[in-house]
Amino acid sequence: MTMPLHQKVIFYLLLSISAILIFAPAIIAFLMSFMPSQDILTGKIIPTSLTLDNYVQVFDRSPLFNYLINSFVVSVVIMLGQLVLASLAAYAFVFLNFKGRDALFFIFIATMMVPFEASIIPNFQTIRDMGWIDSYTGLSIPFFAMAFGTFLLRQNFKQIPKELKEASEIAGIGDFRFYLTVVLPVAKTSLVTLGVYGFLTSWNMYLWPLLATTNDSVRTVQIGLRQLQSQEQLNEWGVIMAGAIIVVLPTLILLFLGQNKLQKGLAEGALK
Amino acid sequence: MNEMTIHRESLATVDFEKVKKRQRMGSFFKGILFLLPSIVLFSVFLFYPMVRTIYLSFFLTDNSGVPTVFVGLDNFTNIFSSPIFQQSLQSTILFVLYTVPGAILISLFLAVIANEKLRGIGIFRTMFSSTMGISVAAASVFWMFLFHPTMGWLNQLLQVVGLDGIGWLTDPKWALLSVSISTVWMNIGFTFLILLGGLQSIDSYLYESADIDGAGYFYKLRRITIPMLSPTLFFVVTVTLINAFQTFGQIDMLTRGGPQNETNLIVYSIYQEAFMNYQYGTASAQAIILFLIILVITIVQFKLGERKVHYQ
Amino acid sequence: MKQVELMDVSKAYEKQQYVLDEINLSIEEGEFFVLVGPSGSGKSTLLRMIAGLEDITDGTLKINDKVVNHLPPKDRNLSMVFQNYALYPHLTVEQNILFGLNAKKVNKKEQQKRLKETAEMMGLRNYLKRKPKQLSGGQRQRVALARSVVSESPLCLMDEPLSNLDAKLRAHMRIEIRRLQKRLGLTMVYVTHDQVEAMTMGDRIMVLDNGKIQQVGEPITLYNEPANLFVASFIGSPKMNMGNAAIIDQKLVIEGVLKIPVDPADVATLTKNNGLTVGIRAEHIFQGTSENTTHELEVINVEQLGNETLLTFEIGKELWTAKWLGQWRVDVGDKVPVHISTKNISFFDTESGQLMKPASIINEQEVVAI
Repeated sequence: MTMPLHQKVIFYLLLSISAILIFAPAIIAFLMSFMPSQDILTGKIIPTSLTLDNYVQVFDRSPLFNYLINSFVVSVVIMLGQLVLASLAAYAFVFLNFKGRDALFFIFIATMMVPFEASIIPNFQTIRDMGWIDSYTGLSIPFFAMAFGTFLLRQNFKQIPKELKEASEIAGIGDFRFYLTVVLPVAKTSLVTLGVYGFLTSWNMYLWPLLATTNDSVRTVQIGLRQLQSQEQLNEWGVIMAGAIIVVLPTLILLFLGQNKLQKGLAEGALK
Repeated sequence: MNEMTIHRESLATVDFEKVKKRQRMGSFFKGILFLLPSIVLFSVFLFYPMVRTIYLSFFLTDNSGVPTVFVGLDNFTNIFSSPIFQQSLQSTILFVLYTVPGAILISLFLAVIANEKLRGIGIFRTMFSSTMGISVAAASVFWMFLFHPTMGWLNQLLQVVGLDGIGWLTDPKWALLSVSISTVWMNIGFTFLILLGGLQSIDSYLYESADIDGAGYFYKLRRITIPMLSPTLFFVVTVTLINAFQTFGQIDMLTRGGPQNETNLIVYSIYQEAFMNYQYGTASAQAIILFLIILVITIVQFKLGERKVHYQ
Repeated sequence: MKQVELMDVSKAYEKQQYVLDEINLSIEEGEFFVLVGPSGSGKSTLLRMIAGLEDITDGTLKINDKVVNHLPPKDRNLSMVFQNYALYPHLTVEQNILFGLNAKKVNKKEQQKRLKETAEMMGLRNYLKRKPKQLSGGQRQRVALARSVVSESPLCLMDEPLSNLDAKLRAHMRIEIRRLQKRLGLTMVYVTHDQVEAMTMGDRIMVLDNGKIQQVGEPITLYNEPANLFVASFIGSPKMNMGNAAIIDQKLVIEGVLKIPVDPADVATLTKNNGLTVGIRAEHIFQGTSENTTHELEVINVEQLGNETLLTFEIGKELWTAKWLGQWRVDVGDKVPVHISTKNISFFDTESGQLMKPASIINEQEVVAI
């Protein structure tokens, strides 16, 4: 069905206004990151000149580059850890048949009811007692096990015909080999989806890195941004914005690339 | 000969049972092996902390969190008689009431208009979902500037219209609302993405047959789109609800719980109590309250979900 | 030599619910053995038990005279072809064929040799680098067969391998599978719900219904002497014409309508039971000539197949079909002369469904010994 012209105009109008409103905070920040501080202080909306000064400054004044590396390492480690653990667990729930499987699955469901925020006190103490404060280990390991990821992959593994498993059994291919050489390659797309999701959430993590880091050695960008914001004088908005733009750039790019997959994957893991 | 075969067979039968038992044990261990990494980490970072939190909530602790004196339910009676915690609960509930309907209604509107098959719709979809990729810290920085009393665009806008500027983050009347507005903005991306997915999974023949019957746009929206979207909506409500109760980052960045504790939401309250005041006992009691709230929401979701949501 | 032997094999999921009940069966080496039955009859379960994919609840299963109840599939030295082919979607045809050999640690040189031979035999030489997605249904089927062939296992199990193909290709693959089996001397256990497939391919057929063996035998035996009503109606197309009957005044009365004289010698045996059901094949309702017409029947439907004509009559509350060779110009509503003889009629006990007396003459046109 084709839409009448006036209806089309209305839709484009609504879409454009919404887009401008939604995107405004990000656009303003983006513009400001290129504005000389004089412009910002005088409350100019249209910059008189554009400059990269703020970006140079932010790298000069704070260990932003280190923060970026730290965030990258932590996010990649968490992502990989989640992929390995979730896919192993999902494999057991789909392809292995053993006593107590359903009970264990119920326990996995139950973990979704425990909010991480409600258990940070003992977790902080655990990490502290293990000497993992200010370490990549302390920042990443608590997030490896993941019920949501297990569900998402379980849903996906269930779509693999069970005959593939049976054919492998007849051919004498063991479970670990089947997992490695058949299940993982066949479920590649959903692994990528989960990976993107894991990376996004890890990169954007706030509360835990705030607790588990005390100095710049492994501090992540989000906490770096907090430092920047609280240390800088209020008239250095351009520099702060430059920092914020750098922080969101990797996740925005990842989101734009994986948007379609993410949308499908999240809905699948959530609703089925 | 005949007897021999019978004998051998009965022997064999006994063997099967043993072999079967061994195989069952084998597959049990294999299953556990695949699940072991997850089970261990869940135990250390989820189940143990949960139990430990309950335990701590009955004690007073020293500065490093070692329990010293058993006080029974005193921590709970203390927090419930403390005006600060009462304020915190009230703010949290208000915050939830502002942000959950706000984010969902706006996202639903965006998803509906972005679900039309129009040229260039992909760009709009990307823009609407973009806030999902913006971290709490960065988003807070963006909004902090917008809320800035003199330079911020919001107050400048008000001045243009001839109104007085508002102390968005400093005025106790406005602070919670301001934080809520920025939170709605942060949540839009995710809820939009999920709702759009839900809309796209509605079979197009439903609309086609409605078209043949001559149904109008709003009739279709009310009679097809919303009912068919109900499972997705339901899921989104639960997730945003739970997320709202767990809000921390924007509070820490924008207001630090102030002014006058107006924005001291429950997780921030726990954080302050434990890591600023070193009152691990009362902080744990608050954490238990948070846990109970989320537990209730999840149980309600499961109960209602069984009835409403179509699981495949 | 017996390749597969089942002794009192049963299968139950819940304690009481028997899916298969005391199956006794032996399959000879080099035999093409077909398990046929309607869906839910337990035929696939039986095959999967032989493969080791399902536990055996009770009884003994022997392969090559060795009890294998407890052995995992890989130690039973067999291959299996699945209905959906079970091809690994991310591997090429070549990798798919060789996948199992790698697991069995067959050396690379031998692998390549077998691959070459098999690909040649199955006509897959030009497709080795393709992925299953890029193949047609028939080609995928061949890859599945090739994977089975390359394993060089003496016993091959097939679970409805042709049901995903269109009719034409299916007819072709029937011949190919049959030829392959003979050429390699494989012992084949083949599951299907399609009686045509069973009749055309099997050396022997086992008809299964409700977890019980109905009859085991050569295709022709099953067709000519069905052991019971189930087999009689399951085997053959169009299906055997059936009707309730009684013997009244030395005459067989079918559905209260058709009266046919009976050989007095048979009357005694046939009147022993109260319930009598008769069956006659469509090709045994002949067109009547001026001498031998026994009945005039009204035609209620005509199907022209080109080489033969199917006529439908109403016999009491049953619909009977006659199959006449050649093309017959008959209109609905016409009365046509037919010849029906008790010699072509099979008699069954209505209550037990068991065959009492098979059709006594087998038309010379059908079985011609060469």
